[in-house]
Amino acid sequence: MLYNEAGQFSISYAGERRLFRLRQDRRALALLLAFAFVIVPFVGNDYWFSAILIPFLVLSLAGLGLNLLTGYAGQLSLGSAAFMAVGAFAAYNFGLRLPGLPLLACLFLGGVTAALVAVVFGLPSLRIKGFYLIVSTLAAQFFVSWALTKFGWFSNDNASGVISAPPLTIFGVDFSAPVGRYLLTLSVVAALFWLGKNLVRSELGRNWMAVRDMDTAAAVIGIPLLKTKLLAFALSGFFLGIAGSLWAFTYLGTVEPHGFDLNRSFQVLFIIILSGLGSILGNFLGAAFMVLFPLLLSNLAGALPVGLIDPGQLENLQKFIFGALIIAFLIKEPEGLARLWQRFRERVRLWPLRY
Amino acid sequence: MEFFFEVLIGGLLAGVMYSLVAIGFVLIYKASGVFNFAQGSMVLFAALTFVSLHERGMPFWLAFAVTLAAMVAIALLVERLVLRPLVNRSPITLFMATLGLSYMIEGAAQALWGAQVHGLELGISDEPLALGGVLLSQFDLFAAGTAAVLVTALSLLFSKTRIGLSLRAVADDPLAALAVGIRLQRIWAVVWAVAGFVGLVAGLLWGARLGVQFSLSLVVLKALPVLIIGGFSSIGGAIVGGLIIGASEKLAEIYLGPVIGGGLENWFPYVLALLFLLVRPAGLFGERAIERV
Repeated sequence: MLYNEAGQFSISYAGERRLFRLRQDRRALALLLAFAFVIVPFVGNDYWFSAILIPFLVLSLAGLGLNLLTGYAGQLSLGSAAFMAVGAFAAYNFGLRLPGLPLLACLFLGGVTAALVAVVFGLPSLRIKGFYLIVSTLAAQFFVSWALTKFGWFSNDNASGVISAPPLTIFGVDFSAPVGRYLLTLSVVAALFWLGKNLVRSELGRNWMAVRDMDTAAAVIGIPLLKTKLLAFALSGFFLGIAGSLWAFTYLGTVEPHGFDLNRSFQVLFIIILSGLGSILGNFLGAAFMVLFPLLLSNLAGALPVGLIDPGQLENLQKFIFGALIIAFLIKEPEGLARLWQRFRERVRLWPLRY
Repeated sequence: MEFFFEVLIGGLLAGVMYSLVAIGFVLIYKASGVFNFAQGSMVLFAALTFVSLHERGMPFWLAFAVTLAAMVAIALLVERLVLRPLVNRSPITLFMATLGLSYMIEGAAQALWGAQVHGLELGISDEPLALGGVLLSQFDLFAAGTAAVLVTALSLLFSKTRIGLSLRAVADDPLAALAVGIRLQRIWAVVWAVAGFVGLVAGLLWGARLGVQFSLSLVVLKALPVLIIGGFSSIGGAIVGGLIIGASEKLAEIYLGPVIGGGLENWFPYVLALLFLLVRPAGLFGERAIERV
């Protein structure tokens, strides 16, 4: 009876509507946050921070960004990486052109710029629906990477279009060590997830879901379609933009437009397919899977006798297994990893008993 | 002026090559409503299999037949393992499944045959042909001819044969087709097999052009705007769309490129397709969906 809800009554509307209604959820979240903020910085090593935890956090944020658009508002997008790139390059340029602008403000402005670009490419969404919208997002994808490589201004006239992270200092505290970068990423991601979780249960989030389920019906009951869809694009762009700047600043430290190509968009899309469309928690699960799976696979291949799997084949194998997993998930568990967690919760509620 | 015509005709002929890939898409979309992102990987797989068999000493037509058999096998597997369990799911789910499928096919193709670039010689000289003062590539003309033959064959298949008629019935209304005793699953397998055949033809032509290598699977990205302009469900539309994209892309590169910086071939077709969509949201020949609540 780990998850017993008995005796937990809401005696006010505020109590009924709180973010995590169950005591267990709140405690687990508090413990998890305490663990991530206090314990992990002491027990983790640099490899864990730089190669696993930071990309995991950034990818889950990117997943959240696309999930708002695709999972909640139902607009298919193959251009997530473009908005990440806009965020990264805009944040870089704000830091460069306005000296003295604090780092967090750069990140925020980068996100806002990505949101504006996303709105521009989201404009056709009122008239164009379903698969035809892919074209708009792909146009964003190709146009952005073309513009970023073509015009040297964006990368401060670096010959190969590479930008490098500004010094990561906030209020005089230096965050450029792996632990610091981890903490910085974690704080930003935690804050944005709190925002995202609240967004999807706000009026706007409900409108998104109505539009996703059937936009004609949503229009009939008086939901302003254009505004709702454009806000979905804007907020998705904002989250993706910040994920992009974190990717550039705290994960890689340096990035070129090519780092945000179509494959990155697919990667983000796969995260939300695996995690379950329209789930907040799922983004973490999907991103963890995306980061850990290649490591697991290469370790497994390393453990096998030499020569059984050619290292050159590993990438092909990984591709094949990824594809197969996507299909398997769509068939067996269309609601993704998040649904598995939900089932687990239902089980432990009754725990020693089956029913 | 002659230069303009040369660019225009070169673009039109290049557009036919895009149409070849787009036709495979249209076939599958028409018969099953699946937006098949894996068509590009099928092109890659077919070309890679063919060229590897050919290089190992198999004569042309035998290699062609074996590759075709492999494509049919893929079609049967896809129908059995992907489409059948996903029947009645939303189109977006099916689209994502084909995304997974394209990863699988690409991984399998490269695991089987390696990732190096193969040259492919179809025995068609690429010497330019002077026609009325305009230089034309013989290879492009040959590709256009192939496309014409393919489209004629497909339209005959659709209008004259029993299987073609049932295919159109399924395209029109799957439930009604089921009710009159058409076997949906067989139709799907047939359609994917035909799409595999179209992919093989496209793969050979593109492979002879670019060399058989991974980038062949990216041809799908060229075919997308073609589909958008032509509409997803019209083979004629795929051809017209290909011509429009091919011509405008080349003209834009030549005349617009110097003004705003070259390399706009990647995104120009998409922006063009977007403009088209704002005027006609269902493409030139697409059917307008009627929505009810």
